[in-house]
Amino acid sequence: MNFDDTPEEAKFRAEVRAWISANAPHDLDEDLKKSGLAGLRLPGRDIMAESKAWQKKKADAGWAVPHWPKEYGGRGATPIERVVWQQEEGLYNQLAQPFAIGQGMCGPTVMAYASEDLKRKYLPKLASGEEIWCQLFSEPAGGSDVAALRTRAEKADGSDEWVINGQKIWTSGAQYSDYGILLTRTDPNVPKHAGLTMFIVDMKAPGVEVRPIHQMNGGRGFNEVFFENVRIHDSHRLGAVNDGWNVALTTLMNERMSIGSRLATGFPEIFGFVADFQLPDGPAIDNAAVRAKLADWAVKSSGLRYTAFRAISSLSKGERPGPENSIGKLVAGVMTQDIAKYAMELEAEAGVLTSQEDAPAAALFQNMVLNSPGMRIAGGTDEILRNIIAERVLGLPGDVRVDKNVPFNQAPGR
Amino acid sequence: MNFDFSDEQKQLRDSARRFLEKQSSVAVVRRVLEGDEGYDRELWQGLAEMGFTGAAIPEEFGGAGLGYLELCVIAEELGRAVAPVPFSSTVYLAAEFLLAAGNDAQKKNYLPKIAAGEVIGTFAYAETAGEVTAERIKATVSGGKLSGTKIPVADGSIADFAVVAAQSGSGLGLYLVDLTGPGVTRTVVDTIDPSRKHARIVFDGAPVEQLGSGDAEAVIAAVYDRAAVLTAFEQVGGSDRALEMARDYALERIAFGRQIGSFQAIKHILADMYVSATLARSNCYWGAYALSTGSAELPEAAASCRVSATKAFQHCSTNNIQVHGGMGFTWQFDCHLYYKRSNLLALNLGSLSVWENRLIARMRARNSARDAA
Repeated sequence: MNFDDTPEEAKFRAEVRAWISANAPHDLDEDLKKSGLAGLRLPGRDIMAESKAWQKKKADAGWAVPHWPKEYGGRGATPIERVVWQQEEGLYNQLAQPFAIGQGMCGPTVMAYASEDLKRKYLPKLASGEEIWCQLFSEPAGGSDVAALRTRAEKADGSDEWVINGQKIWTSGAQYSDYGILLTRTDPNVPKHAGLTMFIVDMKAPGVEVRPIHQMNGGRGFNEVFFENVRIHDSHRLGAVNDGWNVALTTLMNERMSIGSRLATGFPEIFGFVADFQLPDGPAIDNAAVRAKLADWAVKSSGLRYTAFRAISSLSKGERPGPENSIGKLVAGVMTQDIAKYAMELEAEAGVLTSQEDAPAAALFQNMVLNSPGMRIAGGTDEILRNIIAERVLGLPGDVRVDKNVPFNQAPGR
Repeated sequence: MNFDFSDEQKQLRDSARRFLEKQSSVAVVRRVLEGDEGYDRELWQGLAEMGFTGAAIPEEFGGAGLGYLELCVIAEELGRAVAPVPFSSTVYLAAEFLLAAGNDAQKKNYLPKIAAGEVIGTFAYAETAGEVTAERIKATVSGGKLSGTKIPVADGSIADFAVVAAQSGSGLGLYLVDLTGPGVTRTVVDTIDPSRKHARIVFDGAPVEQLGSGDAEAVIAAVYDRAAVLTAFEQVGGSDRALEMARDYALERIAFGRQIGSFQAIKHILADMYVSATLARSNCYWGAYALSTGSAELPEAAASCRVSATKAFQHCSTNNIQVHGGMGFTWQFDCHLYYKRSNLLALNLGSLSVWENRLIARMRARNSARDAA
């Protein structure tokens, strides 16, 4: 039992470290260090321009998406090398955020299902950050139950084109995306999972309209996307007609594979905060009640860290990581929310302040309180994650489904 | 990175599990729970013959000299089997006190017998309710004789010797006491988990031998950190078993026309049990790493796995009963064996709040050291 790199890993790490040290945008270091849970802040700079610049630099040297095959913009790195890269990229990984969904979810789906021509057309630019992709699955009628989606794709008479009509929602990054992978209903006369088809859609095509959603925390990262008679050529279909659910599973499997990236929990932030923050009888960290709370979060935080190390160890041995990594977001989401609320509780009356100038700790915890409900919903709600653990890890039976084996257009709620 | 047990250690786990499934079946646990025997002799002898009692005792003192990772693996299996034996008192505490503070003659006298399963040892520490502190210890050694009362002493009624914390003219010290000798009166006391017996021991001029001459509190803290990691592995083993029991019952029990495991209310309880057991296991691996390498991280890692595993076992054993419904509250079902053991293990090295406090103090010390550097 050790934390040591194998000789090959050590050699790879040294190479990565040297390249990053020589090429990273060090002028952003200070701002990147200060960013984090409150989101990326680069005062006086264009975040997208900085992100694209760093991604392009990585791409030119083959580091854009290291684990992708060379011909699609990667360098054919092994899973453990991918982890080493993420660990070493560290701070600068925040700049990869606009490309995360495209590279993490859309790319693998395109790689698995698109024609060779399309792969060579789209993947290298997705890798280099020249083009940004989004994922268009959720709808007003289907969030957790994504297979209940209603957006229609119908074959246009006498042509090789499909016509899309409907609405997507919660689409991160749609406002600056060039392409998306789009899950549609092609046959409403069969049960819901059996009538879906996946496409690549040009987000600049006529009939696509993106409307930002004003979030409860004031941000506008999510969007509604409307499709009105949008035409997609059949060559841009991913997988067989009506096999879209299996294609979507490829995408969703990749969603939970990001092992090397560290999950934000707010623990280092609250630990630092209570070490300095004064209660009437001294530093908050000396208070027994505070310590009990801190200890609970400390062992969750270390538990997540070492759970990730166990998964990395599996990768290092060339094995598939076990299911234990599925707990990450479930633990981190609630914990972030609890930590933020507790810090505000310590701040007492001043906890209501939200400007960086007035609020304690530059309003970090107030921002967390307003962001954290989203963390517990995006990418699978806490409840769906518990269902996944119970069914796929513990082997419990699925819930009774009243819409199973019922044609979609006759299912309850339609 | 290889943050995992080796293939050999996993084989050891398999053989320990097979052995304990046979030798520490619930029938064996219940026999001790309901009887006056104090422990299961056959199981204890079997553990010694497997080399488990001496797993971490160096070969020069008659042990198997395997190491602490192996002992962690064994501890997990003992916890899983709620084994009714004085393993923790003898191996995690008595043997560790001897290794930490004993002179060569003391080690040679006791350690080979522990490895062979010929003696049972324990640590006699608490005297009164509340966190044990040096000031609260009233037992006193004077002229080589010990007087005072210790309660509760794990395995105190069956142990052959004890390491006793007692005051003397020069402050708190550690002493070896022959519990079969003069001046020792032992009575079994009722406890939350009767499958692990405890005693009140009254010392009235019992002859003692000093164990080490250094700072006794520091020795106790160091041994407790080591024992905390090993106990945490027992707690993780117990958590996993409680989760399995609940899962199996949720698959088997039909209510409202379906398996109760298909209800989200039950699924979510089980998912949360899995989460707490997984976090505890990962913290325990850190503890195992620190224990086996003598890392400077041990105090922090030990407190982390102790806090995490205590919570996990309490959580899993409690919810195991909940998932079983009324049947879980019966004597006949085995849920209570785990519930009782979890409540015992949560307290017998000091309670959760004590370890939480230690954890934060240690993290803070590490941060200050890092900031200073």
